[in-house]
Amino acid sequence: MTQATAVKVRDRPAERTDFWWVEPVVIVAVLGAFVLYSMYAGLAGTNYYFEPYLSPLYSPCITANCVHPTLPIVGSYWNLSPAILIVAFPLAFRVTCYYYRRSYYRAFFWSPPACAVPDARKSYAGETRFPFLAQNLHRYALIFATTLLIFLWWDVFLAFNFNGHFGIGLGSILMLANVILLSGYSASCHSLRYLVGGYLDSFHGKSLRFRLWSWANTLNARHARWAWASLLVVGSTDAYIRLLAMGVLHDPRIVF
Amino acid sequence: MPDTQVWVWRGDASGGDFMPYRVEADEGMVVLDVVHRIQAEKAPDLAVRWNCKAGKCGSCSAEVNGHPKLMCMTRMNEFAPDEHITISPVKTFPVIKDLVTDVSFNYEKAKTIPPFKPKPRDPDGKRRMYQEDVERVQEFHKCIECFLCQDVCHVIRDHEENKESFSGPRFFVRLAALEMHPLDANERIDLIRAKHGLGFCNITKCCTEVCPEDIHITDNAIIPLKERVVSAHYDPIAWALRRMRGKKDEFAPPEPKPPSA
Repeated sequence: MTQATAVKVRDRPAERTDFWWVEPVVIVAVLGAFVLYSMYAGLAGTNYYFEPYLSPLYSPCITANCVHPTLPIVGSYWNLSPAILIVAFPLAFRVTCYYYRRSYYRAFFWSPPACAVPDARKSYAGETRFPFLAQNLHRYALIFATTLLIFLWWDVFLAFNFNGHFGIGLGSILMLANVILLSGYSASCHSLRYLVGGYLDSFHGKSLRFRLWSWANTLNARHARWAWASLLVVGSTDAYIRLLAMGVLHDPRIVF
Repeated sequence: MPDTQVWVWRGDASGGDFMPYRVEADEGMVVLDVVHRIQAEKAPDLAVRWNCKAGKCGSCSAEVNGHPKLMCMTRMNEFAPDEHITISPVKTFPVIKDLVTDVSFNYEKAKTIPPFKPKPRDPDGKRRMYQEDVERVQEFHKCIECFLCQDVCHVIRDHEENKESFSGPRFFVRLAALEMHPLDANERIDLIRAKHGLGFCNITKCCTEVCPEDIHITDNAIIPLKERVVSAHYDPIAWALRRMRGKKDEFAPPEPKPPSA
């Protein structure tokens, strides 16, 4: 037996020897890649429309200078990329999302990097101070981001219209998958679950709210999957339309 | 069965270290069985707290290879034959001896939670609770108070100074059970924010991951409580609606200030 030394139990080094670091590394890689790509795509201001497809990062296109304006409420004085005026809303929704918070606090802040692995920081105040106090406004981000879904569904409707003829292209399918996943991501939101009925202490005599809350619960159980799937498909849809507009890809389609 | 070697933390509040013990491992053994065999054959003074050996009393919480676990629910065949296995006391609470820790922090926190206060009876003299409401809070009553969620919560595990201002996941489960109870008349939202420190939780979900009863602590207790705190303190529209309906805002104590580094 070894001799006991005066190492206090809290001062012991972390005992986990498994691959706990894999998850934070994957999250940093995927989220980091998405952030970098969306910054490039959002700031570029070009190649976001290939008839009849509009990139979800640019929808609704609200400037007069848009290649394909949806709702031109901003005049031609706006010379920057139209995406800059839109992207803040879905970005705020994801940044304040309860699932993404779990992921980026672990992966980027190492607070903690994994369960039972020590925090990287000496002091910790959680979400009691600015800017993290603003996480409490997630429900407003939900409302704005969900409103944008109306425009994305309209874009999908247009994406099946090829010069007045109904058709299906790979871009139409991608845009449909994108809006379904984004709708699922919004519908599975923890704040929505609260707003549709979770605030009640008793559901007796409130059958509609109980049903809505129950549906939201079912979707909420897979919120993480909706979050990742919608993130990857948003990026892929923009990349596909971008490559079409750049002439790199050809869109396979059937027009009736 | 071949011999198995485990490293058990031996010591007390002043310090200690891991000691190797080699014992025979029978098929179907759990970690607690190995600890008992060490007690029986090698170290009769080894201190360990246990009771039911069925994952229901919550006594034998420890850290096995750094993972907070119930020793009675951790089978030895989860480990590779040559794996280095460590068994240590939970890290968040002070060690008394070997694998036994002083968890009185939790009992002190429990005393600060206002108890259930029943609403007035219905006109026929009865109190009714409906099935959909029962099911919602039933999950929280599965808690066996093993305090693994308290152990893994980095807010107090890695920051001793937060113990004053933060109660921990086990008590958010308790508070959620009371807050969502349809027959409870006590108001605890201000308390949850100011005294129990809900804002310290950054929802990294480790409490949910280690819960042996599979309680969805973060999704079903902590986040709904956070949303209720938002409605009461941070949501301007909810505030305006309350004012329009003539509801007076309760006195809200300030957010607890975290100690500076």
